[in-house]
Amino acid sequence: MYRYDEFDAQFVKERVSQFRYQVERRLAGELTEDEFKPLRLMNGLYLQLHAYMLRIAVPYGTLNAKQMRMLAHIARKYDKGYGHFTTRTNMQFHWIKLVDVPDILEELASVEMHCIQTSGNCIRNVTADHFAGATDEEIEDPRPLCEIIRQWSSLHPEFVFLARKFKIAVGATPHDRAALLWHDMPVEIVKNEAGEVGYRVYAGGGMGRTPYIALLMKDFVKREDILAYLEAVLRVYNQDSRRDNIHKQRIKILVNTIGQEEMQRRIEREFEEIKASGSLQLPQEELDRIKAYFAPPKFETLDDEMPIGSYDFENWKKTNIHKHRAPGYAIATISLKAIGQTPGDISHVQMDALADLMDQFGIDEIRVSHEQNLVLPHARKRDLPAIFARLQKLDLATPNSGLITDIIACPGLDYCDLANARSIPIAKDIARRFENLDRQHDIGELKIKISGCINACGHHHAGHIGILGVDKKGVEYYQILLGGSGAEDATVGNIMGPGFSAHDIGPAVERVVDTYVKLRQNGERFLDTYRRVGMEPFKNMAYLEQMYAAH
Amino acid sequence: MAATPALQVLTSNRLRDGAVVYWQAGAWVEYFKDADVFHDKPLADAALAAAMVFVKDRVVVNPYLFAVREEAGQIRAVEQREIIRCAGPSVRRDLGKQAKPSMEAFDVSI
Amino acid sequence: MPLIKDSAFVQDAFVTVADDAALPGGAAIVSLARFQKERDALLARNAPLGIQLKAPENPELLGEDVQRFSVIVLEFPAFRDGRAFSWARMLRERLNFTGEIRGAGHFLYDQIAYMKRVGFDAWNVAEGFPLEQFHRALTEITNVYQPSADGKKTIRELRATPRP
Repeated sequence: MYRYDEFDAQFVKERVSQFRYQVERRLAGELTEDEFKPLRLMNGLYLQLHAYMLRIAVPYGTLNAKQMRMLAHIARKYDKGYGHFTTRTNMQFHWIKLVDVPDILEELASVEMHCIQTSGNCIRNVTADHFAGATDEEIEDPRPLCEIIRQWSSLHPEFVFLARKFKIAVGATPHDRAALLWHDMPVEIVKNEAGEVGYRVYAGGGMGRTPYIALLMKDFVKREDILAYLEAVLRVYNQDSRRDNIHKQRIKILVNTIGQEEMQRRIEREFEEIKASGSLQLPQEELDRIKAYFAPPKFETLDDEMPIGSYDFENWKKTNIHKHRAPGYAIATISLKAIGQTPGDISHVQMDALADLMDQFGIDEIRVSHEQNLVLPHARKRDLPAIFARLQKLDLATPNSGLITDIIACPGLDYCDLANARSIPIAKDIARRFENLDRQHDIGELKIKISGCINACGHHHAGHIGILGVDKKGVEYYQILLGGSGAEDATVGNIMGPGFSAHDIGPAVERVVDTYVKLRQNGERFLDTYRRVGMEPFKNMAYLEQMYAAH
Repeated sequence: MAATPALQVLTSNRLRDGAVVYWQAGAWVEYFKDADVFHDKPLADAALAAAMVFVKDRVVVNPYLFAVREEAGQIRAVEQREIIRCAGPSVRRDLGKQAKPSMEAFDVSI
Repeated sequence: MPLIKDSAFVQDAFVTVADDAALPGGAAIVSLARFQKERDALLARNAPLGIQLKAPENPELLGEDVQRFSVIVLEFPAFRDGRAFSWARMLRERLNFTGEIRGAGHFLYDQIAYMKRVGFDAWNVAEGFPLEQFHRALTEITNVYQPSADGKKTIRELRATPRP
């Protein structure tokens, strides 16, 4: 993975000092809260319900063992012993003191980590496929480009005070695991007819109040021009986006107001100028230099046989093991969705133990997925039984990757100042209802995604079943959305109807799922059945109890 | 149903550590049970105005009033958000204010 | 309002003139609206002319006239409004404007370094703003990742430069 050189190290160190000074000025009264807020947000610091929350960047979801140990250390020393992995593949701590933050940043910098641009109206942490570099499906590893984008976007002088947040993801596989098209600016690594590798760029995706799937902006951008093109998109956005209505300031609104063609035209004009100036041209040497950091580990020549183990191990293999590009290796998903636990939460003990496990099994890096799980990208197949046994002891071996209990949930009203309703108790309740593994396998791939407010950190628009928490006079209600997708067939989920109480939402979801089981044909997934039969049959069943109650 | 008087409590977060605090007799305390309950709006608004001095002095951030009600002799927040702020996360009963024995009424005014 | 230019406080030679006020004899800064209305008369004056652009006003609206101004003031209605960062770069890099680009309105200490990078070279600061602060703001971050209007060598270029 990428390692800082002296310039990166100095940059992050100076950024820590800069933030320390901002905190000092706030405490000394030289900055009002209004002025401080955007500055602290730009460094991932929120004031939440119970304390400050610090969001630490995990660029493109990649961590090494040393960094994992540092997160465990921060959880112990500055927080309450645990952290939370987010849908942006970052880590959040929810019990942070403002006065401790500069020291935390200093500690993070010592392991090449930071909180730069994990919030605020700027370019956010760049995400990628969590199987990057390990899957045989990809054209090439997307992470070198992610790292190039990370550097280019770090304290970019023109784009630190955008109208709203701006999220970029890079994909490189036909099967999208990074919710690519839901981003402000998705970048897809593609090959043209001549066999050259380049980039397809989209713009205008986004969740929130007005969900949109990104539209194509340019079919093929040459390698060396990619930063010029991205800068062109950002410039058009910065110049032309609205600033008068916070709900209409994302690039998705601009793109859908002026239209795809006009957006393409404006970008093209900027692109031609930036390209002509040559200043952002990406030299092959720089690309090669960054690429070298992401060279795959030296794979041993191993027997490709998959070990056979206990009943539990075999179940885990069914869902949590994926095909690796090298024989004798596998990609292993570590579920952070143990039944009854908070999705994405991890304790300092688990983090330390995972770092030890990585060392013991020679796994240099671990990945964070946007689905709030962890991934061991390069595990030897022969080690899997031993890895599984260790994970079991840590309560990290839940065999549910991609199944109905693998639920995405934002922190919701239990922690978040923006939330209208709790997400975590709903996720726990639904997971318990579907705890039976045979039933989960029978249901198959079904993605439930829960957000505690319209900001959609829990990706409810992209859930096969999405759940949105709303507030009705101080009481929590939950709307169901059906038919969303965060994969290559991205679609926006449709709202089913009036919300359910916290008590009724679990049973309603069960009725929806049971309806699918009755209606499905020929191995259809939930999403396929929904697309075939539409909302009505699900809606009729979901509200059944209410109808009886009303009569 | 007889109209119940609108009861309110004044709260904010402490600047230095973000902790939830409540207004009690011109100072900030950490526990909801110690908070002043305002039965009339002018008094509540006067407390909020007085609290602004603490904003200026960088003690707290964003003070505001929220609705409470009396329930079986106990004062309780009306909205779920405030119930959770008073107690801590509903999914981690071991954390937050709810984790501390409520008898431990040490003085935390600042 | 104090004006910082070339790393020092300087006397502001320009008077900012309200749209309904009479023009002074000397150097004056007018709004875009006034310029568009009184263009010929303003350009015929025998004194330096400046223009103040509001955040939504794209400098390209000035067309060829852009080179007639000695000063272009870019206004920050609120520090959160970052459009001026793009306008300044456009003035320097596309329109080749070499006159003064002045920041005015509500910007923060923490934005001064970004402003310098995109082409600002003058700052209207609050009364009592210490000059040391200005210098400090420009030295907080030594090296940068992006090429911009200041022509500063990027980290990528520094990496490629052989070091002793």
